Amino acid sequence: MKQKDATPAESEWLCSKCGLPLEIGKVDVGYLGSVFPVDLYRCSQCGQVFVPEDIAQGKMAEVEKLLEDK
Amino acid sequence: MDQEELGKLEARCIQEQPPACVAACPVHVDARAMAAAIAEGDFASAAKIFKKSVPFPGIISRVCDQPCQAVCKRGEAGGAVAVRALEKACLAWAEGGMESGFLPPGKDKRVAVAGGGLSGLTAAFDLAKKGYSVEVFEKEARLGGSLFRFSREQLPEEVIAADLKALEKVGVTIRLSVRAGEDISLESMCSDFDAVYLAPGQQPAGGLGLGLDAAGRWVIDPFTLGTTNPKVFAGGSVRRPPGKRSPIESIADGRRAAVSIDRFLQKVSLTASRSGEGPYETRLFTNTEGIEPLPATPMSAGAAGYSKEEAVLEAKRCIRCQCLECVKVCEYLNSFKSYPKKYIRQIYNNLSIVMGHRHANKLINSCSLCGLCEEVCPEDLNMGLVCKKAREIMVDQGRMPPSPHDFPIRDMLFSNSEKCALARRQPGTSACRYLFFPGCQLSASAPDHVKKTYGFLCEELEGGVGLMLRCCGAPAEWSGRAELFSDTFSDIVAQWQEMDRPQIILACSTCYEVFKTHLPQASVISLWEVLDSSALPDVLGEGAVRGRALAVHDACSTRHEKHIQESVRNILRRLGFQIEELPLAGERTECCGYGGLMFFANRELARNVIGRRIRQSEADYVAYCAMCRDYLASGGKKTYHLLDLLFGSPPDGDAQRKGPGYTLRRENRARLKNALLEELWGEKPIGMEKYEKIRLRISDELRELLERRQILDSDIQQVIDFAEQSGTKLRSSRTNHFLAHWKPAAVTYWVEYAAAEGEFIVYNAYSHRMEVKEGAGP
Ligand code: SF4
Ligand code: SF4
Ligand code: SF4
Repeated sequence: MKQKDATPAESEWLCSKCGLPLEIGKVDVGYLGSVFPVDLYRCSQCGQVFVPEDIAQGKMAEVEKLLEDK
Repeated sequence: MDQEELGKLEARCIQEQPPACVAACPVHVDARAMAAAIAEGDFASAAKIFKKSVPFPGIISRVCDQPCQAVCKRGEAGGAVAVRALEKACLAWAEGGMESGFLPPGKDKRVAVAGGGLSGLTAAFDLAKKGYSVEVFEKEARLGGSLFRFSREQLPEEVIAADLKALEKVGVTIRLSVRAGEDISLESMCSDFDAVYLAPGQQPAGGLGLGLDAAGRWVIDPFTLGTTNPKVFAGGSVRRPPGKRSPIESIADGRRAAVSIDRFLQKVSLTASRSGEGPYETRLFTNTEGIEPLPATPMSAGAAGYSKEEAVLEAKRCIRCQCLECVKVCEYLNSFKSYPKKYIRQIYNNLSIVMGHRHANKLINSCSLCGLCEEVCPEDLNMGLVCKKAREIMVDQGRMPPSPHDFPIRDMLFSNSEKCALARRQPGTSACRYLFFPGCQLSASAPDHVKKTYGFLCEELEGGVGLMLRCCGAPAEWSGRAELFSDTFSDIVAQWQEMDRPQIILACSTCYEVFKTHLPQASVISLWEVLDSSALPDVLGEGAVRGRALAVHDACSTRHEKHIQESVRNILRRLGFQIEELPLAGERTECCGYGGLMFFANRELARNVIGRRIRQSEADYVAYCAMCRDYLASGGKKTYHLLDLLFGSPPDGDAQRKGPGYTLRRENRARLKNALLEELWGEKPIGMEKYEKIRLRISDELRELLERRQILDSDIQQVIDFAEQSGTKLRSSRTNHFLAHWKPAAVTYWVEYAAAEGEFIVYNAYSHRMEVKEGAGP
């Protein structure tokens, strides 16, 4: 998962709890024992992460399949 | 079955066996491949294929006695393929075709061949090609032996001369007018040469001092062509009864002798792994049913042979013998573009991989385990058993990918949870002679039918009819989770014992199979048998017209339950319907795409399976399994459930109804339990979880998407519940919608929503299995 996939120009989403805009940050994403650092939007205060639909249904689904067959 | 047994099963598939013609040909000319090339107009490739197997192609293509003809499968539909004429045509019409003469380095061993006929010359040719120095002794003044008995028209001398040139090329020394046994003794051959092949056509008087049998003929081992002298081998027409010459067998003998002599001179076993030499009977099965008879293509030019066009026509008559019986009827096997022998190998490898990509996971998980393949396979190979075993091994190894079966397994657990599962004796009686087990899918698809059927049974049957609502555990079994299955099933057994071991009445044929296999001490009976032997309710389903024909889709789990299939047909007849049999019915019925959890592992395939099935007849279908009905109807086919014809269409529609989605299926089960608890047993219904009270507004379009993504309303409710409780959610600066996520177990669900007057409008939902590490921190 390259940075490009994970980060559209800027996010319309705010952290509702902290009232802060999300910022790009490194987030650990793992499956079946493998962990990758991925650039995702997250709240710089509480750490709430945003996984956009296209990543979840696209790249993540692909990687899931790959790891399941490994 | 372990991995070793998989290897044995692989050997059962005979698809890779040679066709009858190839096996019967003493030198195994690949007539099938040759005909295929000619059919494409590719005479050069055809000639290459032919020449690969024969030493003297020009001669053979004119004089071969064609043992392939007697066994050619085309013989059952118009007459055997004219293989020899095709051989001749491919030589005549091949363009180019330069021989590449590559000779291995010479060996220091010398071989004598007595007899310059086809057999001796073949041995000489083969041995010289291997690098031996070979001398041929021929009693006449020319080579060819009995070849000159053929008419000039059939076998012109130029053809003989041209073919025999090959001997020069490989450096065979020819000694003409030398009679073995007279001009040169066997003793001197044996002392001057390292090995001898005797192919004299006729046995010389006295037999040259070799061992003789009772009839005075040489003792020749038919397998090695060895004689009583270890250095001396013999074969060709001398081995055949007088008058029974066979040019192609003479050649095969020469070839066999050359192999023996080579092994003898290399001092290796004369007999090890030689089973493929010479003619044999193939194990290949080829179905010729339905192949349109076509007579042999006539030769307009007579003895000159086929024109190009005629040869192509004749080659097209070859049916390219192969088996593929299972692949023809199974869309699953067809969709992976190969056949069981290859598949089992792939599966075997998949199970053995320690590190690396497991390419066959999808193959293993896509099979419906329906067993149709075994019915049609001449070797009774059941790929379903192979795939099921493979799944169990994968689960055991901890290598079963979670995503294909997670959803249906959770559905099963839900069916067996407090919310849906129920076991009660008939209200008002403690006797329990029968137990009605409708199955989780009927309760999900048509809960109304469950109610009505149970009511009917209670009235019809004496001695008390208990009711058990839950799932039999088939999804666990299909997915290879043997342990989960036995846990699930042991609950059922315990309750059944508690109810005094009643006879179990099953509405679902998969349940029937599960109970029959895993609870053999119980008496089981299908609902259809019970109905068949009682007076029938007949509130005809909407749109059904008596007297019309309905095509019966047999559930694949009734394959070996003819009595169930018969009961269903009896009921239909008693209701006044005509019965149309589908091409694949009864013990050859097909799976609807649900079996083995095919749909969950390979949705596209399941859709094709459904599509193929529903195109088999114009008539409306009738099924007697809730899943079969829903799946066939999901493809757009009007399909009744048999209960529709007895108790009327369910409230959600006629035979065209698509069947409820995943969320509704769950709700139907839970509501059914609650309704029955209240109405029949006067008990308090099971309470709802708090989150279940969250009201959702979901558009039809989104509903379809959620269905595809296997996201349930309860998943969405839990996300919203969590977000609203904790405040952990995102807000869009553009739309003010909220976006929140929650991970109840293995899957994380995301929901975009907004609150509106006591309910929540859902705009989108999606999910992933990858785990995201959250929380404050760098
Ligand atoms: S039909 Fe073709 S492949 Fe089959 S036996 Fe005849 S020649 Fe061989
Ligand atoms: S039916 Fe299928 S499994 Fe059986 S021998 Fe033929 S190709 Fe192989
Ligand atoms: S889907 Fe049925 S017919 Fe096809 S391979 Fe599996 S068990 Fe055999």
